[in-house]
Amino acid sequence: MIKIRCDGREISVREGTSVAAALLGEGNLELRRSATGAARGPLCGMGVCMECRVTIDGEAHRLACQTLCVAGMDVKTL
Amino acid sequence: MKFDLVIIGAGPAGLAAARAAIRAAHRTGQSVAVIDDNPAAGGQIWRGSPQIPLPAEVRFFSQTRVFDLRPGFVVETDSQGSIEASKLILATGARELFLPFPGWTSPGVFGAGGLQALVKSGLPVKGKRVVVAGSGPLLLAVAAALRKEGARVVGVAEQAALGRILPFLRRYPAKWPQALGLRARLLGVRCWNGVWPVRFEGGVVSLSTGKKVSVDYLACGFGLVPNTEAAQLLGCRLDDGFVAVNSRQETTVPGVYCAGEPTGIGGLDKALEEGERAGAAATGQPIVRGRTHSGAFVRDLAAAFQLDARLIDLAEPGTMVCRCEDVTRETLQGYRQWREAKLLTRCGMGPCQGRICGPITNCLFGWTAGSVRPPLVPVAAGRMAKTDT
Repeated sequence: MIKIRCDGREISVREGTSVAAALLGEGNLELRRSATGAARGPLCGMGVCMECRVTIDGEAHRLACQTLCVAGMDVKTL
Repeated sequence: MKFDLVIIGAGPAGLAAARAAIRAAHRTGQSVAVIDDNPAAGGQIWRGSPQIPLPAEVRFFSQTRVFDLRPGFVVETDSQGSIEASKLILATGARELFLPFPGWTSPGVFGAGGLQALVKSGLPVKGKRVVVAGSGPLLLAVAAALRKEGARVVGVAEQAALGRILPFLRRYPAKWPQALGLRARLLGVRCWNGVWPVRFEGGVVSLSTGKKVSVDYLACGFGLVPNTEAAQLLGCRLDDGFVAVNSRQETTVPGVYCAGEPTGIGGLDKALEEGERAGAAATGQPIVRGRTHSGAFVRDLAAAFQLDARLIDLAEPGTMVCRCEDVTRETLQGYRQWREAKLLTRCGMGPCQGRICGPITNCLFGWTAGSVRPPLVPVAAGRMAKTDT
């Protein structure tokens, strides 16, 4: 198991887990706000729809579904 | 970086192509590279655990997105700079078709393949209540996979009527073991035909039959859309929305080959066969003749799961069509073509570059995309500035 931080909270996930799977697994269905402020979460799961964009280690617009969790990673949603 | 052959996509078609190409490379010393945007090879169907291993001699660029392709060929990538290639094999796969209905943008609504992809990348679904809906052979496969992971699959709603699917199955007995196997793994799960979701609200899916089902997740996809953008950017001709290829998998652009779903939605066996052929052809090897997965199969499959005309009426005036820019159906009403709508409403101008709403506007309004221009995917302006066009 590896530990990452999500919105300041520490969570443990199995190695090889994507950031999107880690966040959803914790019940975080809502990862961002749309252009008009509506709640959005992952849709396609394969890097097409761009709905799972989160900030990872300070870098915005990273795709949670195509990024694997790395120990110590800091993820911010919304 | 320069390679004799660059394969774009490490799914079944791309891996079959790499395996075939390497057979010749052993003799001729040709260099082969494979590029994929996922963390590991395998594509969506084999996600992370490919049944054809990536040959050790192949240079693999994972998590690498291609944002431009130029004649010659130059492959511009976000993380590996410019990659030159004498020949190209496009094995870019397909994405899901989504159709808008009230609530489809709510968190908790995923693609069918989308939820499966997330589960394969580590999302636990044990005990979760899920409805799988939409259309295509993928639905049963997804439902069976979710059940295996401990999910409570409450029902599978296939929009196509059984009367359309059965003649298809009668025609292709080779598909019976797969179909029966999936049904066996779904014993006890309600499978409806001619049924679709009409609304998702507060964790409740309303079905076209009037039935309401409370769920944790709704997994809904209406079939597959070929990823033809890379081929279009290179100027390859499309026939009926698919990349036109000859019996050697050659596109209309010399030196560019295409294999798998972009040449026709036909699934794994077709992708493997075409990948093998493309890899052999691109490296000057003899081609194994006979297209067992012919155009007829692709057409019969599409006919069996043809979308019910009523599906396009599910989106209400206020339902989002373009999720990136939040453009509703009502806003788009009255435009004659996508280009006009794009310029005046920003529909299709967001980060997904119209990959999701483009096929939707095609279903709803009959619009087509027209030309494809770089960047194919969002890329940092600093990286784009470094390309010498």
